[in-house]
Amino acid sequence: MHSVTKADIHLTDVLIIGSGLAGERTAIEVSSRGLKTTVLSLVPPRRSHSTVARGGLQAALGNGTMGLGDSPDIHFKDTVKSADWGCDQNVVRLFANTVPAAVRQTEQWGVPWTRITAGRRETPDASIVVEPEAGAGLIASKKAKGATKWRTCYVFEGTGHSLLYALDAMTLSLGVTVHDRTEAVSLIHNGQKCLGAVARCLRSGDLRAYLAKATVIATGGCGRLYGVSTNSVINEGTGLSLALDTGLACLGNMEAVQFHPKTMPPTWIPVSEGGGGYLLDRNRVRFVPEYEPENKKLPYRDETARYMQERIRAGLGVDGPHGPHLWLDIRHLGPGHIDRHLKGVDTVCRVFGGIDPARELIPVCPSQHYIMGGVRTNIDGAAYGIRGLFAVGEAACWDLHGFNRLAGNSLAETIVAGMVVGKRVAEYALGHTLEWSSRIVEECLAAQEHRIKSIVSGENGRENVYELKRRMEGILMEHVGIFRKGGGLNNAVAQLQELHQRAERVELISTGRGANPELGSALRLPGMVRLALCIACGALARTESRGTHFREDYPNRDDVNWLKRTLAYWPPGAEQPVLKYEPVVITELPPGNRASTPSLGSG
Amino acid sequence: MGRKLTLDIFRYNPSAGWTKPGMQTFELEETPGMNVFIALTRIREEHDPSLLFDFVCRTALCGSCGMLINGKPRLGCKTFTRDLPARTTLFPLPLFKLIGDLSVDTGTWFRLLALRTGAWLHTSRAFAHSILEERMDNETALKIFEADRCIECGCCIAACAKVHVQDEFIGAAGINRLARFLLDPRDERSEAQHYEVLGSEDGIFGCMGLMGCMDNCPKDLPLRDQLAYVRRRMTAAGLAWGGKEDGSRNRKTK
Repeated sequence: MHSVTKADIHLTDVLIIGSGLAGERTAIEVSSRGLKTTVLSLVPPRRSHSTVARGGLQAALGNGTMGLGDSPDIHFKDTVKSADWGCDQNVVRLFANTVPAAVRQTEQWGVPWTRITAGRRETPDASIVVEPEAGAGLIASKKAKGATKWRTCYVFEGTGHSLLYALDAMTLSLGVTVHDRTEAVSLIHNGQKCLGAVARCLRSGDLRAYLAKATVIATGGCGRLYGVSTNSVINEGTGLSLALDTGLACLGNMEAVQFHPKTMPPTWIPVSEGGGGYLLDRNRVRFVPEYEPENKKLPYRDETARYMQERIRAGLGVDGPHGPHLWLDIRHLGPGHIDRHLKGVDTVCRVFGGIDPARELIPVCPSQHYIMGGVRTNIDGAAYGIRGLFAVGEAACWDLHGFNRLAGNSLAETIVAGMVVGKRVAEYALGHTLEWSSRIVEECLAAQEHRIKSIVSGENGRENVYELKRRMEGILMEHVGIFRKGGGLNNAVAQLQELHQRAERVELISTGRGANPELGSALRLPGMVRLALCIACGALARTESRGTHFREDYPNRDDVNWLKRTLAYWPPGAEQPVLKYEPVVITELPPGNRASTPSLGSG
Repeated sequence: MGRKLTLDIFRYNPSAGWTKPGMQTFELEETPGMNVFIALTRIREEHDPSLLFDFVCRTALCGSCGMLINGKPRLGCKTFTRDLPARTTLFPLPLFKLIGDLSVDTGTWFRLLALRTGAWLHTSRAFAHSILEERMDNETALKIFEADRCIECGCCIAACAKVHVQDEFIGAAGINRLARFLLDPRDERSEAQHYEVLGSEDGIFGCMGLMGCMDNCPKDLPLRDQLAYVRRRMTAAGLAWGGKEDGSRNRKTK
């Protein structure tokens, strides 16, 4: 007798939340197996954050002179070492073995990968490579930090863009349904099984329900928790919050946050010059050891970021209008070289910095870039603790990256996870029927309607959403950034707990009617603070240093006590996450010496 | 102390119950390195949180933030206030469906365009884990990428007088996107099949060569050359075919 909602209800076989590369690749896999597939996205799919990834993707194709002899085995080792042994080696093995086929498949879908040209050529870092005739026309590769062989495949200066456009074109040809400008605000579940999601239309402000046999979270990262990030403004971790707020699923290794060493203020765009530049402090002193003496590898990202932050803390940074920074110098490469090989860097510097990099120094400093943590899944991409829920890409903790993602492995993960997990999602959906109770759906809709009403009416308090958000960003930047310490982390947890309570007391300044952006922020904020608390609490508990997680009071890796993965749960009504742990799977490569860089502070 | 900036912004938000459009004026102090993204974000957070606009990447890669800045279609993220006068007007891009204020629905426009024109690689190659990639000359790959790198921001569409009087015309972005498949040897469509999509006044022959597209492309795409290339190829295809329903229709010409 009771009908409490006028909301539209949509039925589908598989619901995918997020339309970046991971979501779209999953949609292709699921849809091509005959399942009705619906994708929700905050923005039109081609505007997703994946398109920002210019760099490339690691795949051991073994093409070309510098990739000769490469194999999934070497890619596996590079990935595990970079992860500082914090990853799941079964997943890394599956990944490394699958990437070459996944890349070649995208070639069939039209991605214009940069190809090998026979003969002598100069590379972006100014070294000379000679390619034999036999390799001409195959997919080319370049070098990357932490990679023993040159295996970063790329599409000129728009790898993510061309991949996303090719994959989105495939979803069009397959008839995948896309509802863009739609934001999932909660998952619908019955305590054991995920039944779909409640979403808010960002054109009208209306709520809708989506019911599906299987639901996939592919919402990317949560860089916008931090005040300074390379991430798009939409990367607020919505999918992670959706999963955490079920109280059933958990987030893995949220303390594992990666910082990109070289980003340019005030837009914080990565300036990746291919390893040919020098980092200088205010006295124009080069302070990063260029190569590891042993294997001529560039230092890992987390190491470079620490060298830089150390320099800034020692007062050797350069004062700028957006805080202290360091200099990146590529002038010695010359204007001809920059024009031929570093056009992207040149454009970024000119357009967003007003700088001519052939003649001037580039201001750079580290900023938040990627989160290795996410919705914890098994090797099939299935979330822990709840059936019918899957996660892929940066939103997931599949756990390919451990405590430091290897450059070029994030794009690679999206297409491999979409391929592998997409198959499992399809199998799951084919083996289940759509079952749902109108009572549960109406309760979920009513809960969100109630939240919206209380925010609009301001019945819980008078807090300003943007002020609280800036506070959260500041707390994470100050205490849960590149360097972490027990005292600061304790302080951060206490402040974030207070903020968590205040986040529930937001009152809007505007009316909140229709597609109101202030209401959107107010709805997201409590979930974002919970994610911030998962990061801070995980970092406080982990009394060791591993990969990007660097504790000044515990500077060494501790395999005896900490070769394990953090699992953060949020029971309904709790004030902070409950942390549990599980062992890290070691199958092939036992923990060893990660790299041979000189110890920090000596440089 | 920075310069005082005055922004006159178009306001109309039907989803919030607004009944009539108008202009609203905001004042703010200019800060170092300020662009229209930073300015609008500050207006939303400090003055009026109901203001609608679209930004995603902030780095001219996603194509979300096309708008009319002092009458010209521009990306808000790569327009810096230091290059603007003290008083600036902001309007939404014309032609696209208005969502509210500065936000327009370019996404749906481009999605329908891609569906209507079959803008994906048409191939019969079957996938197998063991097969190697098909070889391609790097020059060819670069040519494809040069067309593929359009970010579908809609600035060229907003700047095209022809689209404004003929709404089925696919515009420079539509023609450039299809040029990407014409240039791709992996696409198995015949010249006649391409002609069916492109060889009409809604396709390449609808272009009057006004070049508003090229003048306003924020990615500096070589649109004039692409339009000329497609026109040349489709003219040749049309002449070769001569309107005859014979076998040549399904033959691919290089």
